[in-house]
Amino acid sequence: MTKTLMSTVAALAISATAAMAEGETVGFAQIGSESGWRAAETTLTRQQAEDRGYQLQFSDAQQKQENQIAAIRSFVAQGVDAILLAPVVATGWDSVLEEAKEAEIPVVLLDRQVDSSDDLYLTAVGSNLVHEGEVAGQWLAETVGDKECRIVELQGTTGSSPAIDRKTGFENAIKGHDNLEIVRSQTGDFTRAQGKEVMESFLQAENGGKDICALYAHNDDMAVGAIQAIKEAGLKPGTDILVVSIDAVPDLFQAMAAGEANATVELTPNMAGPAFDALEAYWKDGTMPEKFIQTESKLYTQSDDPQGEYDRRKDLGY
Amino acid sequence: MTLLKRIAPQLIALVALIALVSIVFPGFLSVQFIDGRLVGPVIDVVKRGAPVALLAVGMTLVIATRGIDLSVGTIMAICGAVAAAALAGGWGMAPALAAGMLTGAAAGLWNGVLVTVIGIQPFVATLILMTMGRGIAQLITEGRILTFTDPGFAWFGSGTLLGLPVPAWLWLLTGAGVALLMRRTALGLLIESIGINRRASALAGVNATVLLIAVYMASGLCAALAGIVVTADIRGADANNAGLWLELDAILAVVIGGNSLLGGRFSIIASLIGAMIIQTIDTGILLAGFPSEYNLVIKAGLVLVILVLQSPRIAAEWRLWRDSHRVDREARLEGKAR
Repeated sequence: MTKTLMSTVAALAISATAAMAEGETVGFAQIGSESGWRAAETTLTRQQAEDRGYQLQFSDAQQKQENQIAAIRSFVAQGVDAILLAPVVATGWDSVLEEAKEAEIPVVLLDRQVDSSDDLYLTAVGSNLVHEGEVAGQWLAETVGDKECRIVELQGTTGSSPAIDRKTGFENAIKGHDNLEIVRSQTGDFTRAQGKEVMESFLQAENGGKDICALYAHNDDMAVGAIQAIKEAGLKPGTDILVVSIDAVPDLFQAMAAGEANATVELTPNMAGPAFDALEAYWKDGTMPEKFIQTESKLYTQSDDPQGEYDRRKDLGY
Repeated sequence: MTLLKRIAPQLIALVALIALVSIVFPGFLSVQFIDGRLVGPVIDVVKRGAPVALLAVGMTLVIATRGIDLSVGTIMAICGAVAAAALAGGWGMAPALAAGMLTGAAAGLWNGVLVTVIGIQPFVATLILMTMGRGIAQLITEGRILTFTDPGFAWFGSGTLLGLPVPAWLWLLTGAGVALLMRRTALGLLIESIGINRRASALAGVNATVLLIAVYMASGLCAALAGIVVTADIRGADANNAGLWLELDAILAVVIGGNSLLGGRFSIIASLIGAMIIQTIDTGILLAGFPSEYNLVIKAGLVLVILVLQSPRIAAEWRLWRDSHRVDREARLEGKAR
């Protein structure tokens, strides 16, 4: 008796929320909080949901797929209006995505992809890593112009997809500019300490850094480490050696504000914004979005108010 | 003279390695004096080798007692995080340093008590802190890279004293101090006796429990110093990456230093040379400009060659071969003489 009553109440509650224009409930199966970027993504998703008046059910899977699957099942049981999923791994999602599909709940993938058939999810929002590298390379090619430029490159973790794709993109962009040449390229493992150590060896190997015209780092943390190495070698980062990197984390804006870095390409943590836009269109009249929504890879330079950008980002949890 | 004989294999390996690196990067040994400090690849080696060298000092003692300390890399991360948090909290440099070192001592105490009082095997006891500790460090930094600007603290990572980088001074002084303490007093002998036979040493009147706890605390303190160096170097505590896998490099340094993992006789100086050998390989690879996919393979290959050449069996074979040749030659000479 109580059971029937409860389920009736629950059903009523669900239909009531669905009927309300802006009262949608969205479940978010987040990976965890392994990096500052991930924390910022969570913060921004919460903000976006609040701004749009959604109820956000948040689940932190602590880097475990089984926790994410359990979270999705509970979202389906609750009858949420949509599910956001940042999949921790690419495989093993078929059955749980089918359960969501049978319950007619649209699933949007954030930031990472899955190997399942693409009719099991509404769309995927993410950045294009190759494109990020291209934006960085184009900036450098335009900035340097016709001058000879010897570039050193700090790669990400050897074999990781961001390292491979950001390298490819950058090389694509500088192809055809014969005055640009990557003279040294080594892995800095995406960390500050390694970025600094490897940059020191680049400086030693290239005539105390006098032969280096620009540094391209696959992420901002390595660039921040390298900037310290350049300073300790008695050169001016940003002037003697141009610094361009990818991610747009707050500390790099600080370096840009101090004139020590030149440009960064944003990997936006606001994946939820485009996801919610697509969901709203779908809820309204069933519009199916493209299967992949590429986020903008925006370029920030010293003229884009780096201090202001720093202030805007520093509390996002990076 | 006995010391020189003890460290001869390590010295020969280091010299051979430097010669090898100089072939692929000719300017390796060039050192310049710029702005009151020495600059050159070799100086980078003694500076960058500081964390592993510091860890190797403590690790040598622990291994001499037939133990092992897998938690040192993690202790580095925790101590760096504590020091950075103290600086961010406005404590100032000296209290931040003290907090970092105390944390290292506490971590060592924890390991020592687990090993001696509770009786857990060192491998397992220190594995606990190794896996758990990074979480503690992340809790302290709240998962971010905790940055600070205190120039006094940063001096420990990137400052210069009398022309040499401060991290180099730290490991040289720590190494010399501990080595003297071990050899000018009976401490070294007592530690070796525990490593060879703890029960017999205890029966002979050595307070093995206290000494073992002290050794693990010394290892914790060395790790704390290493953590302070890497944190000061990048002016930020990176809980995810600080000291990651460095415990393995430290153990490798001790092994390259010719110390037995079964405990007993040890040489801190040989371990320090081992640490420099590892760093020379690392820096040499970076300077040589090979694609980064080859880094680990080259490192593994060189370490293998060094360890094979040092192995007692190869040494015995070599002596046998040399002696047989000498006999041959003498026989021939004798034949000629007749």
